Amino acid sequence: MHIEIDEISKQFGVTAALHPVSLSIPSGALVALLGPSGSGKTTLLRILGGLEFPTSGRVLFDGQDATGLTVQERRAGFVFQSYALFRHMTVFDNIAYGLNARPRASRPTKAEISRRVTKLLELIQLPEVGGRFPSQLSGGQRQRVALARALAIEPRMLLLDEPFGALDAKVRKELRQGLRDIHDETGLTTVFVTHDQEEAMELADLVVVMSMGRIEQVGKPQDIRARPATDFVRDFVTA
Amino acid sequence: MSDATLQKGTTARFRSATEESPLARRALIGVAFIGLAILVFAPLIAVFAEALADGVSAALRSLANPDALDAIRLTLTIAAISVPLNAAFGIAAAWFITKFDFRGKAFLITLIDLPFSVSPVVAGLCIVLMFGTNSLIGGWLVAQGFPIVFAMPGIILATLFVTFPFVARELIPVMIEQGRAEEEAALTLGASGWRTFWTVTLPNIRWALLYGVLLCNARAMGEFGAVSVVSGKIRGQTATMPTTIEMLYQEYLSVAAFSLAAVLALLALLTLLLKTALEIRHADQLAATHRH
Ligand SMILES: Nc1ncnc2c1ncn2[C@@H]1O[C@H](COP(=O)(O)OP(=O)(O)O)[C@@H](O)[C@H]1O
Ligand SMILES: [Mg+2]
Repeated sequence: MHIEIDEISKQFGVTAALHPVSLSIPSGALVALLGPSGSGKTTLLRILGGLEFPTSGRVLFDGQDATGLTVQERRAGFVFQSYALFRHMTVFDNIAYGLNARPRASRPTKAEISRRVTKLLELIQLPEVGGRFPSQLSGGQRQRVALARALAIEPRMLLLDEPFGALDAKVRKELRQGLRDIHDETGLTTVFVTHDQEEAMELADLVVVMSMGRIEQVGKPQDIRARPATDFVRDFVTA
Repeated sequence: MSDATLQKGTTARFRSATEESPLARRALIGVAFIGLAILVFAPLIAVFAEALADGVSAALRSLANPDALDAIRLTLTIAAISVPLNAAFGIAAAWFITKFDFRGKAFLITLIDLPFSVSPVVAGLCIVLMFGTNSLIGGWLVAQGFPIVFAMPGIILATLFVTFPFVARELIPVMIEQGRAEEEAALTLGASGWRTFWTVTLPNIRWALLYGVLLCNARAMGEFGAVSVVSGKIRGQTATMPTTIEMLYQEYLSVAAFSLAAVLALLALLTLLLKTALEIRHADQLAATHRH
């Protein structure tokens, strides 16, 4: 799905989290929102997911105005920074949650839900953990379960907030490739937030460099490296 | 003493920074037990001993007295009405305070605590002033045949006021600690707000809720001050267990007073047993939801 961000701004009381920003995300792209802490990355991602509403501006999905769509109507697969797995549910029930929440008419049968959850567990290469609780998983496993849970609703796009932030370097590298693979397999338009320029450069097709609620530069990783548009970008990507 | 030899044997071992020396630990545990014994167990035993002073049959006979039975029935009714109401109010208040940002939040939290700092007698008097026969509202309500003071509604109001903070107080810290992320996750997965509440919020707070409800229940059954002011203590009508116990005691009907007191204590012990049983039964879930 093609996402168009049209002059979006967001004000929290007196703080401007986003000055009007515009951005076009081509269908099927893997995009990184890159910037230091407090630059407005999470806010922009949450606006896309319908968890936050912009003070001004519009969001368009495939050319249709989606600004007023509720979070449920957006059908965005969202992976939260600390994963936000349902701690009182097993991994299986976590992944099945979105399917069970569907209105009766479009809800798959129990057997079908079970089949899909099993398939997702295979996709994230954790076929054995369905019966465990989130507290019994490692950080990397939790992240993958969160991804599977988001994928279970057959989302129109995938939004991930610092998906590798809480992991150690080795696991981080492995999961990076995992996200790339899943993106390539599903073809979903994917936006992920990171403050790690190496991660953004290595993983993304398109990097959006942000600072203080503004977009500094949008481009392919090699273009940003070769031709940083501002001093900020130069400093940040060579850091 | 054997303490000294034990002490010698264990000091050589490593111990974590937060751990006290074995001697200090024993002393602390000892103090806690002596405190519990003097403040909790001894009075409980005394209550049962007094109740059974003239034998089991005398105690049972006093409980079979219609006034005693009416008091038990009234107290259970009051608890059955006010505890669910305050559980609902408490959840609503805690939800509102922890899931939304608004001005005056600190003030609202203080307001929830108010019943803890106001003497129950004062609270009872306020209800009498508000709804008594001589007040505007009270006079009108009495004319409609719906008296509040010296009647069941007054007792329920007083109990609701006194026990209001218990559930909310238990829930607020837990809900603040848990944040909003799981609820937001449920919404992004397509769940409605209502569904999110029942499948995510409520299960996550159920132990705190249970604890709050038990405390609320214990207090609802045991409340004396506010209820004795608003109820008028009419035997067989508005006299609850605590007020009946007091009246019996004043009349030197010691066996009757302590028998009823023993029943009240047993009800409290029963709620505690219930809680412990639930905790043991759901120990695995409890562990899963707490350590995350
Ligand atoms: N709910 C909120 N209330 C008030 N200010 C907020 C809120 N969310 C974000 N902000 C502010 O908006 C700015 C951008 O935050 P955020 O989008 O979280 O940045 P990032 O994800 O890049 O670290 C920060 O200054 C932050 O303090
Ligand atoms: Mg952030």
